Amino acid sequence: MNDTIIISIIMTVIGASTPILLAALGELIVEKSGVLNLGIEGMMLIGAVVGFAVTLTTGFHLLGIVVAMLASTLSAMLFAYLTLTLTANQVATGLALTIFGIGISSLMGEPYVGKTIEIFSSWFPASLAEHPQLRVIFGYSPLVYLSLILTISVSYFLKKTRAGLILRAVGESDLSAHSIGYSVIGVRYAAVAFGGAMAGLAGCYFSLVLTPLWSEELTAGRGWIALALVVFAAWKPSRLLFGAYLFGAIMTLELHAKAAGFSFIAPELLAAMPYLATIVVLALISLRKSSGLAAPACLAKPFKPST
Amino acid sequence: MKLISRRNVLKSAAAASTLPLLGKSAFAMDPVKVAFVYLGPIGDHGWTYAHEQGRQAAIAKFGDAISTTIVENVAEGPDSERVIRRLAEEGNDLIFTCSFGYMNPTLKVAKRFKDVKFEHATGYKRAPNMSTYNARFHEGRAICGTIAGHMSKSGTAGYIASFPIPEVVMGINAFTLAAQKVNPDFKTNVLWVNSWYDPPKEADAATALIDQGADIITQHTDSPAALRVCEERDLLAFGQSWDMTSFAPKAHLTAIMDIWGPYYIDRIQKVMDKKWESADTWWGFKEGIVALAPYNERIPADVVAEAEAIREGIIDGSYDVFTGPIKDQSGTVRLAEGRLTDGDLLSMDWYVEGVQS
Repeated sequence: MNDTIIISIIMTVIGASTPILLAALGELIVEKSGVLNLGIEGMMLIGAVVGFAVTLTTGFHLLGIVVAMLASTLSAMLFAYLTLTLTANQVATGLALTIFGIGISSLMGEPYVGKTIEIFSSWFPASLAEHPQLRVIFGYSPLVYLSLILTISVSYFLKKTRAGLILRAVGESDLSAHSIGYSVIGVRYAAVAFGGAMAGLAGCYFSLVLTPLWSEELTAGRGWIALALVVFAAWKPSRLLFGAYLFGAIMTLELHAKAAGFSFIAPELLAAMPYLATIVVLALISLRKSSGLAAPACLAKPFKPST
Repeated sequence: MKLISRRNVLKSAAAASTLPLLGKSAFAMDPVKVAFVYLGPIGDHGWTYAHEQGRQAAIAKFGDAISTTIVENVAEGPDSERVIRRLAEEGNDLIFTCSFGYMNPTLKVAKRFKDVKFEHATGYKRAPNMSTYNARFHEGRAICGTIAGHMSKSGTAGYIASFPIPEVVMGINAFTLAAQKVNPDFKTNVLWVNSWYDPPKEADAATALIDQGADIITQHTDSPAALRVCEERDLLAFGQSWDMTSFAPKAHLTAIMDIWGPYYIDRIQKVMDKKWESADTWWGFKEGIVALAPYNERIPADVVAEAEAIREGIIDGSYDVFTGPIKDQSGTVRLAEGRLTDGDLLSMDWYVEGVQS
């Protein structure tokens, strides 16, 4: 194996990891506020189709991304209204959002099947972005660098800022947060909106960078991997970054190993690996309740203040 | 004034519920009810899209004489049985189940519903009320292989494959053999992605194959994602199931197109004429079930002429890609001379020399 192949493998792994990292970062904040949104897949698809359509029509990737994030946020607000204001069951509503997202993205995407756009590629000069070695640092889409910046920001926000503390308080003990005057519902609305925007960004990564095209159910179940990733990471952004690259590596190394003629493990088993790893982590969490691995205490519990 | 009592309402409801039953026997001109079970979304622009075009052709032909139902995104395996059973219960006359993985579920339901006629695509199990149909995709693969043999500089093609079933194996072998007739050292690197439709994974698979030296990609999966990768990298590729030129105008050389319309029309007509019988149909270029998308202009004229000559040879029977001598991966001679029979092809579980998998 020469270095060109190793560099190419690293780049494919990072490419496959970035969308799940983006979506999982959003879901992490949502779950930290005590809300479980199972609609990631649906929101991602809405983001993917809107991002593609706007980019195709206007020719501006950034505009496509911003509108896609708005569209996904809008769908997340639908979820928030149902679950937070009307206190509907979060699991059922989240699943409904996924099914809705699959349906509406197919409908909206109908005129865009078979169209192509320019890939949303690196902003660095070609001498760096296409350099045989340096491209491993400079050759990515801006969204990849953004995902790293966002990981650090989310980590900083949760650990070091007052707003992050409030968010965690709302997720750990909604009644206490309410009793000292914080708007539990307001905080959760904001968190769900952030989750929606991030899912939209992740969707754009598929339709503007990875494939770059629109076809129905483009994300092919990656939203569920993002969901598993949040649990795998035990709700910690730093582990989320590690987990995303691990899951991405598992998903793509299989392909590279087989293309190079190695076959050391059944591909079906490799494909199941992210889910198996999540089950193991869940088992660990239930064994060691006190070690800070636990889920937010109010996760998926509707909040009804008695006023 | 008529009194609307609960009893009256119930009576009329009961009367109404017998109407569909009456309708069936009373009117001979009832539309034939035809149902289609699809593997992917219609918008995949590949396998399922091609079946949908076949259904549209049938609708265009028969108009109001048929009524059709489709179910998209039906997972292969046990889950599909529920869908097929429901379609049978809903009184469909003819049910097409359009993927290999529906074979056993279709057979199970067919045994329960003797009056319903079933048509299973690409399988090999039949019953008195269950036919199978398939297209000779390997004929198209032979053309793609010939073109690949001429156009590949590295002499290595990447083949994105779904599941190791005979149909896929036969396609890989046909492609490789045809390419080797042009370039005896030609190699095909096969990568299994264990899915018929997973755009991100297909794109990653194309990247992996290109990194291993392939400069031309062909696929037996359904999305155009790999074509986009080849377009970006200025390499070559073939489309799958339908003309995918619009996704990759430079990279797309041609595509094997599945034209199911003539078959669907033929079978529906037979149901109407009450002449339907269980059959095993395997049509190809000759019957128009397999076609090729327009050749890319970057293919030199002599290569196009050679491809067309082979296509005509397949139609008149003078050319068969599976003509001996054929060696398998280990170098053992599988066929010294003559041709492989359809039976050999339909149970093919070995790769020809030059396939890396």
